[in-house]
Order: sequence, then structure tokens, then C-alpha cells
Amino acid sequence: MDLNTVTRITPARHRDDLRLLGPGVVPLAGGSELFADPRVELTGLVDLLAFRWPALALTDDGGLEIAATCTLAELADLPNLAGDAAWAAHPLFYQCCTALFGSFKVWNVATVGGNLATALPAGPMITLAVALDAELLIWRGDGTDLRVPAATFVTGNMTTILESTDVLRSIHVSADALASRTAFRKIALSPIGRSGAVLAGRLARDGRFTLTVTGGTLRPLLLDYPSIPSATTLAAHIAAIECWFTDAHGAADWRRAVSEVLGEEIRVELSATTEEPE
Amino acid sequence: MKLQINGESVEAPASAGQCLRTFLRDQQHFEVKKGCDTGDCGACSVLLDGVAVHSCIYPAFRADGAAVTTAAGLGGARESAPSDTEAVLHPVQQRFVDAAGFQCGFCTPGMVVTASTLSDDDLEDLPRLLKGNLCRCTGYRAIDDAIRGQHTPAEGPSHEPHPAAGCGAGPLAAAGCGIAEPGTSVAEPASVAGESGIAAHAGASGTATLGPLVRTGRVPRAEGGLVGTSLGALAGRRVVTGQEPFTLDVAVTGLLHLSVLASPHAHARIRHVDAAAARALPGVHAVLTWEDSPATRFSTARHESRFDDPDDTLVFDRVLRFRGQRVAAVVADTVGIAEAASRLIEVDYELLPAVFDPELARAPGAPLVHGQADAAASRIHDPSRNLVAALHGEFGDVAAALAEAHTTVSGTWQTQRIAHTQLETHGTIGWLEDDRLVLRTSTQVPFLVQREICRIFDLPVEGVRVFTARVGGGFGGKQELLTEDLVTLAVLTTKRPVQYEFTRTDELTRATVRHPIRVRVTLGATGAGRLTALQLDVLSDTGAYGNHGPGVMFHGTSESVALYNVPNKRIDAECVYTNNPPSGAFRGYGLGQMIYAIESALDELAVRLGLNPFELRRMNSVKPGDALVVTTAEGDDIGFSGSYGLDQCLDLAEAALARGNGHAAPTGPEWRIGSGMASSMIATTPPRGHHSQASVTLEADGRYTVRVGTTEFGNGTTTVHAQIVATALLTTADRVLIRHSDTDDAGYDTGAFGSAGVVVAGKAVLGAATRLAGLLRQAAAAQTGLRAEDFTLEAHGLRCGPVVVPLTALAAAAAQATTPAAPTTPVAPDRGADARWAVPTGASVTGVLRGVADEHGAQRSLAFNVHAFRVAVNTLTGEVRILQSVQAADAGTLMNPEQVRGQVEGGVAQAIGTALFEEVTLDGAGTVLTRVLRNYHVPQLADLPVTEVYFAETRDELGPFGAKSMSESTYNPVAPALANAVRDALGIRLCELPMSRDRIWRALQP
Repeated sequence: MDLNTVTRITPARHRDDLRLLGPGVVPLAGGSELFADPRVELTGLVDLLAFRWPALALTDDGGLEIAATCTLAELADLPNLAGDAAWAAHPLFYQCCTALFGSFKVWNVATVGGNLATALPAGPMITLAVALDAELLIWRGDGTDLRVPAATFVTGNMTTILESTDVLRSIHVSADALASRTAFRKIALSPIGRSGAVLAGRLARDGRFTLTVTGGTLRPLLLDYPSIPSATTLAAHIAAIECWFTDAHGAADWRRAVSEVLGEEIRVELSATTEEPE
Repeated sequence: MKLQINGESVEAPASAGQCLRTFLRDQQHFEVKKGCDTGDCGACSVLLDGVAVHSCIYPAFRADGAAVTTAAGLGGARESAPSDTEAVLHPVQQRFVDAAGFQCGFCTPGMVVTASTLSDDDLEDLPRLLKGNLCRCTGYRAIDDAIRGQHTPAEGPSHEPHPAAGCGAGPLAAAGCGIAEPGTSVAEPASVAGESGIAAHAGASGTATLGPLVRTGRVPRAEGGLVGTSLGALAGRRVVTGQEPFTLDVAVTGLLHLSVLASPHAHARIRHVDAAAARALPGVHAVLTWEDSPATRFSTARHESRFDDPDDTLVFDRVLRFRGQRVAAVVADTVGIAEAASRLIEVDYELLPAVFDPELARAPGAPLVHGQADAAASRIHDPSRNLVAALHGEFGDVAAALAEAHTTVSGTWQTQRIAHTQLETHGTIGWLEDDRLVLRTSTQVPFLVQREICRIFDLPVEGVRVFTARVGGGFGGKQELLTEDLVTLAVLTTKRPVQYEFTRTDELTRATVRHPIRVRVTLGATGAGRLTALQLDVLSDTGAYGNHGPGVMFHGTSESVALYNVPNKRIDAECVYTNNPPSGAFRGYGLGQMIYAIESALDELAVRLGLNPFELRRMNSVKPGDALVVTTAEGDDIGFSGSYGLDQCLDLAEAALARGNGHAAPTGPEWRIGSGMASSMIATTPPRGHHSQASVTLEADGRYTVRVGTTEFGNGTTTVHAQIVATALLTTADRVLIRHSDTDDAGYDTGAFGSAGVVVAGKAVLGAATRLAGLLRQAAAAQTGLRAEDFTLEAHGLRCGPVVVPLTALAAAAAQATTPAAPTTPVAPDRGADARWAVPTGASVTGVLRGVADEHGAQRSLAFNVHAFRVAVNTLTGEVRILQSVQAADAGTLMNPEQVRGQVEGGVAQAIGTALFEEVTLDGAGTVLTRVLRNYHVPQLADLPVTEVYFAETRDELGPFGAKSMSESTYNPVAPALANAVRDALGIRLCELPMSRDRIWRALQP
């Protein structure tokens, strides 16, 4: 809808242009969140798309750099450039996009960075970044760079470590993460409705197993094991999570219970794949 | 900025924070609709350089230099279209016309734009690809057909389904294994007098069925459009191209906009309003507060008798009784200025104690919501106990019957608040025209709005015109006066045109919701299952204003109870005020809530006694010859009218369920399978009168114009009226123009509620057409000297042997006449002084041949619906998977089989939403938590099964051509049928809606 309080949108072509950020002025990426939820205190936007960052780039270390302004459509359409072995995690890109409440038409504009920075519990790009152990590059307002693990970026329901003058620049996924096997589960109160719980498992080549629990929790949780844990261990650790929450998309107790169910499904799925030849 | 819109270069400024949707509408591209404004519903979808986007969340400035394509441009450039009404259709638009892929049509422009981007490879992925396009009317089966280029015929007899066809053709494909042969249903035209029957489902074998679906290639539609054929919507081509204007799809010079300051408190008195800063803001034309309000109290609910509803509402009340209530309104040049000004208004509130729990509300000492009210003057049952309405009555002796019963069952069921979520939000544009007030508004009841606006503002009825364009869905939510009063005040204050458009958040927080009702049911029965006692204890929360509260309570406890032949019945029902947002009219009007409880209790009785639930209904349902009893025997205004079809509905639903549909249940120890059913009965017309006066006029070009007051909002009445005229005057529907829902143009009509569009308004149209046929014969006789009764009507003239008198000649002759061509219906003497009958255009006039007829709905019939489900329930997650959905409906003669099926499918879809997903949630202190569509889950294509629809073969003595109403009633049996199926699967009965996955899961926990 119209942002009637916004009187100025400034294209960001140079990093200096970000100095406008601050009280009443926030970054604009795809706009699908900002234009859906107007905030009357906003008077200006700084348009990050003017940077024209390449959406997706392979890095020298064999990893993948996803620009914050990469759209979900671009991510979902990314072909498996390196083959099934090197990019075993490739299906997770598309799978996580399907967990977005928004339609494919929203995918055409919504950005990976915008989804992370909005920090909704159901934000599936958060699931993706945490599950792939991504490293986030943040452009600080003071001109410095900050690199943080994705698991530490979101701090709560719609809160992140970003200061009002910071901008999320990119998401870096390592070669090792891309080569991991992954499994994905999402559940909602309706067949493909807004997520009540989104879980992603990752089995690294060295046998390390992680389970990312999101959607039902106020912030993403990363359960990390040197090898695939037992069913009881995993269930106990999911049950021990304390930040389940209740909203229109599910009650906290149900979210805990179905996360246990889905977590076990993921554990079984990834256990099975280990028996197959690499 | 510069861009191309549908191939046309446009240069126009966009404001900084403007979204593309409003920019396009500013350029008069009204085909770009607003359904939610948050990117959830898809009504605003457009292509941007070929890429589909939700234009409501797309920054307008980014469209600079782009090529935008809307539904109006999908078929090619406008220049290539022969005319505005004959737009070039994209193939997918043609398929939406062919498959009847819309009802109200408000979602359709966005739907076709989205569908135009899909390829054949995408069809398997339709649930995901269409999740951002919500349709509230159709239930999606017809949309799915349209996108696939299929057509599921609704005509044609089919009793025993062919076992081979259509099984398991994919997740969205036909659920069943039946077959429906196309195109055998056009029966003999009725006689001119409309006496002979139309067997809508004429055919060799017995019961008509539209049920087990077979998708075929498109079959030709019945172009003649006689009654009994599936004539497509008259506005179809305009709807799919977005060229059919809805309420706000009009450019008005000098239009001002209105924004409301909402109460932040659940109960408060305004001490003082300081609007100086708001008034000083440039662009502000008026700030309206309680000091500007007329002192006349009214009800937002509208009925034929205004005394049905309590007068407890003011345009602006100094006392605020719910969060979101109007405190003040700003009228300004733009919505943005109005919003900014409203934030500058300073209000000093005196907070008052509030009550949110309906049980506490009627307890002694509770805060009083309307404690000051004069009970008699406002028609409030007992303001000192927050009681809007109460019903305590008994037939027989329930206590004795329960004491003697072999088995008793009792339980308490609770329903939730439901938002109608018609895709078009409420909205009104008002202006002055030669000192008359004109309101173009989104309403189901233009004549009732006109009357009440006149009363509130002390205006003469001839000084106010109210009309609707096509209305984007209603479901009862527009049987309310929610925007028109404020626009009237703003127009009268500013003397300027003013628009007030609800946002989707307004819909979810300020419009009315379905009454949440707690129903306690106690049944007594013999060991054989014969009911001996039926007792209801009902508590309805009407919220802060009474509006439809009494009507919903009384109607809800009526047909639901009368359906069962029980010697002892008792009802204790109360409807209370709370400081929650107001409840209002919703499809089913209270019946759905009671039926959910009663049919669940009956199911429990069947479980206890080990009886087949269908048998239990057969044993206990009323039959022809039985008295209809609620707490007293019903009057003689209601009866079966020769069209009792419940027995057939029960048989059809039971047989379909037994037959199955080939859908295998999911495997795994966590899944449980069950089936369930429920019945419902509904009166075909609201009680105590529902009036319509229609006219049919012969035009100079030999075509016919129908003037009728009822409203088209996807109910399909326009189509049916054209069919009625085509049949009665032996012409084709394309020669019939319908003009509807305009107080200046048509005779009085109570309105489009209570499913009255066919059985009341349609009957008036039939009467008018029949009278015109007589006039045409007389006129032909006068021209030729032949006998009037020897003439037969044809499409272009009247024939008597070799003599043909062209209709154009009759029209020309009539135009020469200086006295009325022939006597037509005089205005009934007992209503002669009533202003509502004084509209001259509905009556006889000089110079034209016009038939006029009144219908009063004084006699009412009864219609039935039976629903059955087979479900699988996941015990680990609470997921309900619908394996089979069956509805058998008793609609009398099917005037338009595809439209009737569409009403069933749409009602079922809405009811599945009610049963499984939807809930307007509050925080317990009067604040709505579900304020945007992404937090209020309206069923998507992915959520719904294809429902098998079967029709009883009955013919009603009252309805036109034997038809009965079939719109609201389709909703009513669905939730209990689903609840009973879940009970059968789990062995546990949930007694609260929605049966969401988390509630089901929790019910299973030890």
C-alpha cells in the first residue's frame, strides 16, 4: 500500500549514500515487506537496488555469495552449477523459498537480505542461512565491515543485530556447506500456509549434523552435533528449546511437538543418505 | 515518470512512497483491484515487463520505463478491440468465461493476469503458484478448470456414475468416477404465462447429479439462456478483462477522501477533542466528531422492518464501546493528508470499565455497555444486564422427557469470529447532484440504506439516490450500514464528493464478524434412536453494538431446531453486549452455529446407540405432514410447498460416501480415517416479508430491459433474471438488459440477503415478464385485429399464423400513444402511501410497453443440504486431509445448474475455512490480533478438495419455475459434517472451531 509518510526515496549508488540511514530512514530492497506494513515514523527510504549488486556470484574459495538484494526468484532459479556432489545442498535454496508465505509474484521482488533483516520467525531465508552456516557481511554505518555467522544475526521476533545505520550486504555460503546433504521440512496450520515451523538439517561431508529450528521459535536455533545424534537425543534437545511462541499460525506447544516430529523425519532422512555411496 | 501501460505511453508523477497499484488506478486503470494491499490476495496483480508482481507492494517509482500489462491489456492493445464491451480476450480470459471461473469477479483481473504467466508444465504446481490469488466465492474448482482449459459440465442427467472415468487423475483432478453427459438439459420453453415447468435436469434417469466430476474439453455453453441452462454471467467478458466497474472504479472530479481515527480503548467516554491542528493541515476540508453527529440512533443492520434491529448506534458516539470504533473522521484532498491529520487530533478520554467475556457480561455487576439506553425506544431486551435479545420457550416437557430417556447426550460447542473477507472491501462514494445526495456504495441492500440514511439525516426519500455497481462479494457483510452514514455526513458538510474506502485491516477490525456463539445441546432419545427431547442453551456475543444480534439468535435457533421432529423442545437463548468488536450478519445467519452444535450432538447420539447417522436423521427429521416446531408450532407462512427433498439428499450423500471416490488414504500408523455427515434445513425467504418490484420494458430496438432492485455480487441473480425473461418472453438472454440495484431506476427491493435474489426478486421479474407478454399480445392484436390469445412470442416479434408483428413495430406504436398502452399492475392500495412504492420508473408509464410485478415473499418454502466427508487425520501433527467431500442439495428446479453448483462449491469452501482455518482472534481485551490477511487464513486453492455436488429432484410450488434458494444454506452443514468425520477418525470430539491442527493435536495429548 502507499507509504504516505515517505517523502523521499534516495537511490544508493555509493556506500556513502547509506549515511542517510537513521531515524525515520531505512533501507529499501524489494519493498514487499515495507509496502505491506507501513510505519508512520518513516519519512525516507534508501534504495539498495540502485547498487546493482550481482545477485549471485561464485567466490574464489568455491563458495557462493548471495547479494542481500538477490530476489527469492533468482535464488530459486539458480541452477546446480557444480553438480550434485559439490552442491548437494542445492535443493535447499528452492525448498526454503517455498516456505515463504508470499506467492511466486512476491518471490519476484522479495530479497534474501530483506527476509533476513525483517527477522520474522517464519522468515525462510533465515532458515536457509543458518542451516548452511552462512557468513553474513554487514556494512556498518561507520564504514567498517562486519562478518557474523548467520546463527547470531537474528536475535528475536523482528529483531537483529543490525543498527539503524547498518546494511546487510551479502550472504556467503562455503563450499563445504554447499557440499552437505540437506533435508527440509515445513509445516503450517494449512497445507502451504504461513509457516508454523520450518526445519532444515544438514549433514556435512565430515559427518557433522546440524538441525536448524525456525518458524516456531522467536529466533533461529541451531542444534549442532559431530555426527548424527540418536532419536532420543535430538528429541530431547528440541524439547529443551524454550522460545516457542504462539500466534495465529500455531500454538507454542503444537510448534514444539511438530518440530520434534519433523526433526526426527530429517534425522531419519539424512541417516539414510549416509548409507549411499558418495 | 514515463511508462507503458497496456501499450500506451503514460507520463505522470508518482509520489515518493506510492505503490504501483494506486498509481495505476490514478491513471484510471480501475481493473487493478485492491483486496488486501499487503501482497497476499493477488487482486492487484499486473505484469511488469512480463513478470507478474503484486502491484500493491511494488514501489511505483520502479515502474519508470517499464511496460505494465493489466487484465485490460492481456488480450492485446486496446485499439484492436472492436469496442469497450468487446475487449480482445487473452486465451486464459476466454477460458475463465467458458468455465465460469468467477462469481463476484473482483479477484478475477488479478487471477487471469497470474494465470497468463503459467505454462502447461506449471499445472502440477498450481497450489503453490496460485497461493497468492485468493477467491472467496468459487471454492476454486471452476478456476482450476479455467486454468487447465477444461470444462466440467453441470448439465445433464447422471444417476449411476460410470466406474471407469476420471479416477485419480491427479491431486487436483476429478475426485470421482462419475460422468456427466453434456448438453441434454434444455427443456421445452415455458408457456408465456410461466405456468409450465422447466425440468432443469431433464433426463432419462432419476436424480440429477453434478457430482462425480469428469473434466472434458470445453463444451459449447447454452447461448439461448433459457431457464435450466447454464448461461454464463452476462458481464463475463467485462469481468475477465477488468472492464466491469465495481464500487470505487470510477473517476470523480474533485473527490475528497475520508480517514477515520479509531478508538484505542475498549470502553471510554470522550471528554474533549482538540482537532485544531488537524483542521489547520493544508488539504484538510473537515474534521468530524461526535459534536457533528446527528442525534438519531440507528442500527448498522438493515432489514425489511427496521424494528428488527436495536437502535443503539450513532454516526459518532461520544461513548466508545470497542477498540476501533470511530472517534473522528478527517475529510481531505488525499488519503495521506487525511491520515496525517487524524494523527494530529488530540482526544481526552475518560476510561470506563469494560467487559469482554459474554458470560461475565450478563452476570450481576458487569460493566454495562449500553446501560444508558432506553430499552423500549432502542429495542434492547434488558440494557441493565447487557441483554440485547433473549428467547426462553418450551414445547412439551423437556425435563420429564430427559428423565425418561433411554439415552441422553449433552455437550457444549463454541464457534469463533469469522471475517466475511469478500475481496472488495466496504466503500462508498457520495456526492451532491442538484441538491440530491447520491451514494454509490458497496451494499447488498441499496433501498434499505436509502431509507435509513433518510431517517438518520432527516432527508426526504426523493432527495437520496443509492445505487451499486457490481459488488465484489457480500456474504452478509454488506447487509450493514458501515460507510454510507459517514460519507453522507462528509458530503453534506463539505458539499464535495467524498470517498470512504475500508482497508483490509478495517475489514478485520471495524467491519462486523460472524457471531461467536456458545451452544449447549442436550438430547434425549429412546434406545432405538427416536428423539424425545431437544434442549438448547445459547449464548451469543454481539459485541459492542447489537446490530444483527437478535435476528441471528432467533433465526439460528429456528430451522435448526424445527428440522427435527421431537415432542419436547426447549430453547434458552441470550444475546449479550460486550466491548468486543461488533458481530453481524454472516452467510447462514446463525443457523450455521446452531447446526454445528445440534448435528454434532446428534452424531454423538448415533455413536452412543451404534446407529448409522444417516438413519438417525431419517428417523427423526420432519417430513411432509409433520408440524414445524421451534418452541411453538410455526405459522402457516412456511411449509414444504411440495418440494421436500431431504430424503433424496440423505440418500445421495450416503450413496456417494459408500461409493467412495478412489482417493486412497495416506498410509502410516499416525493416520486415522473417519467419515461423518450432517443435515441442514433453511427457509427459502426471510420471515415477515421480503419485497421486490420488478419491471420489464420493450425497448425501441425490440430488446427488453429489466429493472429490478436486487444486487449482483456474485450470487448470479442477474444471469438468472435474464434467463427468466428469455424463457417467459421466448427470446434469448442476449436480448435482455438487466438494470439493477438503483433506487432511482428500479422498483423497491428489500435487498440481496436471505438468498432472496431468485425466489423473491426472480419471481417479481417472472411476473413482470409474464405481464409484458400479455401486453405484447394485446398490442399485436390492436395492430392487426387478430385475437390476442392467438399470438405466440418469438425472439423478434409475435406470430399468429403467417402474420408476424415485429417487436420494434409494437415499441414504435407504443411510443406514439398518449395514454398508457394498457393497464399494468396498479400500486397496491395498502401500500400506496408508503414512500418506498412511489418510485415512478417501476410502474406503468406512457409510451412504452412495460410489465410490472410485485413479490412479497409472504409464503416461504424450505430447502435442504446434506454434507458428508471422509477424512484422514494425522495424530502427530493434527493435520486433517479431506479424502472425499460430498454435498447433496435440495434446490428445487435448477435455474442455472452451473451457477447453483458454484454456490454450493463456494459455500462449502467458506465453510471448510470456518471448520479448519479461520478465526478472528482477540487478545481478551478487545483488540483484534489478526489484522492482515496473512494472519487470517482464507482458504487457498491448495486447501480445498473438489466437492461432489448432487441435487435432489424436487420442484417447489412457490419459487419461480419451481426453484428454491441455494446460497447461504450450502455453508451450514459443512462444519459439523467435518467435525463428525474427525470424531469418527479419532474417537475424540473437538467442540470448538476452527479444528485447527494445533487444537486437534492438543485434544490427542494425554
